[in-house]
Amino acid sequence: MMRFARRVRKDQAYVLIFLAAAIAGGASLGAQAVPDISYDANADFLTLPPNTFLGEVAGVATNSKGHLFVYTRTGHAVATLGDERTFYHGGSRLFQFDQAGKFVKEIGQGTYAMNFAQQVRVDPQDNVWIVDSGSNMVVKFDADGRLQFVLGRKPENIGVRPGPGMPSDGKPPAEPPAGRGAGPEGGRGGGGRGNAVPGIGVPGDSFNRPADVAWDRAGNVYVADGFGANSRIAKFNKDADFQKSWGQTGSGPGQFNKIRGIAIDNAGNIYVADAGNNRIQVFDGNMNYKSEIKNIGTPQAICISGGATQYLYTSNSNDPESMEHGEIYKLRLNGQVVGKFGKAGKMAREFGMVNAIDCRSDTNLVLGEVWNWRAQRVTLR
Amino acid sequence: MRRLITCVGAGVVLYIGLVIAQGGGAPAKAKAATPEIPYDSVPNFFKLPASLYMGEGIGVATNSKGHVFVFTRSGETRLLEFDQNGAFVKEFGVGSYGFAFAHAVRVDKYDNVWAVDEGTNVITKFSPEGKILMVLGKRPDPLDQLSLLPGAGTYSGANKPYSFHRETDVAWDAQDNIFVTDGYSDSRVVKYDKTGRFVKSVGTRGNGPMQFSTPHALAVDASGLVYVADRGNSRIHVLNNDLTAKAMYDNVGAPWAICISQGPHQYLYSSNSFGSGSDWRQAETTGEVYKMELDGKVLGRFGRAGKALKEFSSIHQMDCRNPNELYVAEITAWRVQKILLHPEKMQTNN
Repeated sequence: MMRFARRVRKDQAYVLIFLAAAIAGGASLGAQAVPDISYDANADFLTLPPNTFLGEVAGVATNSKGHLFVYTRTGHAVATLGDERTFYHGGSRLFQFDQAGKFVKEIGQGTYAMNFAQQVRVDPQDNVWIVDSGSNMVVKFDADGRLQFVLGRKPENIGVRPGPGMPSDGKPPAEPPAGRGAGPEGGRGGGGRGNAVPGIGVPGDSFNRPADVAWDRAGNVYVADGFGANSRIAKFNKDADFQKSWGQTGSGPGQFNKIRGIAIDNAGNIYVADAGNNRIQVFDGNMNYKSEIKNIGTPQAICISGGATQYLYTSNSNDPESMEHGEIYKLRLNGQVVGKFGKAGKMAREFGMVNAIDCRSDTNLVLGEVWNWRAQRVTLR
Repeated sequence: MRRLITCVGAGVVLYIGLVIAQGGGAPAKAKAATPEIPYDSVPNFFKLPASLYMGEGIGVATNSKGHVFVFTRSGETRLLEFDQNGAFVKEFGVGSYGFAFAHAVRVDKYDNVWAVDEGTNVITKFSPEGKILMVLGKRPDPLDQLSLLPGAGTYSGANKPYSFHRETDVAWDAQDNIFVTDGYSDSRVVKYDKTGRFVKSVGTRGNGPMQFSTPHALAVDASGLVYVADRGNSRIHVLNNDLTAKAMYDNVGAPWAICISQGPHQYLYSSNSFGSGSDWRQAETTGEVYKMELDGKVLGRFGRAGKALKEFSSIHQMDCRNPNELYVAEITAWRVQKILLHPEKMQTNN
């Protein structure tokens, strides 16, 4: 119990730091007048089958036909008590809807990796990629929902034995070993611990709370890894073989503090939502640092639109303990702010912890809201 | 305590403490001095459909039509609607992310139904039709709570005749005796006769003679010799049929998977698997499969670490019934590949 109390205080400390940073970000925002973009919104456009519910909507993405994919935390993660270990599965589902918002089908039912939805993206070939920060995996499905390949590996089991039963006697349980899923084949995760350089991770696909995925024109895969112990971008070729990784924990150029998203423009520049540092860092295709974009609050979700003139959208999402902020910025790729729209809240037209933006069209967006358990269509005017 | 429970997605094992925590009440001061009100209880008011059962009765509320809403801790926490006569109408929020451990249900003046769940820290507002209109609260990130659950075991060394500890593989000799590698948490090879009667067990954890570090696979050849893949020590033990030591092969990497082909000329295959399948520093030195004579002579190898076709991410088991037609199961690529070997096209160096 004591241990748990410590944990809570630590969380609160994080929240305070977060708030302080957000307020600082907001203060600097006041220096410039950002025009408001007027918009229409529809927070009730999806039709679900009976007895099927969206939970926290972590990811939304459209394909070239306008179908919408929603990756949501719904139902429950289930623990199975083994002899010595506890296994877990479930907790998230991937749904497909047509252009009108009508339910088409579910993809990946019961898949081993679907534990804690984090993001869904659709690549130029209409393959559907999910990022799961519970299993620490990235899974590629083709346009028909068939499994193509996976990156990362789910820890075999829940990784720590605290002793018999719960620590109800007020004494803290034994310190857990580093990482989750410690075991002969599960001794993974916790990348970044024990390394000389914090957050550099293990070269390869040992992810630690991965956040997002993107592709360059050659089909190389970039995984934003992540908002746990790792602070790096990992690159794989189109066959999923590891190429390289960049980054470490910190606040300097090429350093990250809780990566929440990644996007790549037509020129191959890479935009990384460096949420803990309240900035978006821009790199060339070889991850050479180019610039940073600030004064957009805390980027919790980013997206680069299609078409010839591309725009960058970033959401300064509210944190779970406040209804502050929540606005989404529209920027040119050079970082110049075009305008902003929206604010945090639970009503239609308001945004609750936006975790995903789909901006295939630069005027018709779809948002995924963790707080409000919904996807919302936004039309900019 | 409550916060602890709510934080864990699968808190089934934990709620005993909460039940204990709810104490009894104190005697009412007015009881002796107050007259009793006569009353009845309506028997069997609620008509539950077959296969639907009430659990702990936690929440109850009515709407303007007299419909009754019951929030119950059943196998799952469920929210049930009955009409004013007790007939079952429908269920709300089946499988909802906000239902884990019911606490209260209320109906507002618009007949919206609000479910308070202390297992998820979420209050869900449903329309009268059962559509989710709003959620309050945030279900905690379960990943932050996982370390509070039972986790990985350790070496037991229990060496019991009829109990395993994370056993890994099984094989048989020509007499149908049964051989088992056991395993991650013991570290031994066990022999049973064909009726399942314990015969013998050998091995402890370590790297000395007749010691194993994760004996991960085994195979028995036609003459009854037992080949044990001692993965953690990067060696293959050859044991006689009575489990005494005969030979050791230590030049083919860490044997994650081994198999012996059938037919008059048997071959031994061993996979030096790309174990993590994700730490690419290992990729240079792992990933290949060796083909050997039974006496340990290496005849050739194939494969390399990777995720593409023809590459091997982390082979966990192989079938080599036919020596040139193998099936390999890979952990981290989520697949099984069929491999055709073409030894007739091999180029020999000498």
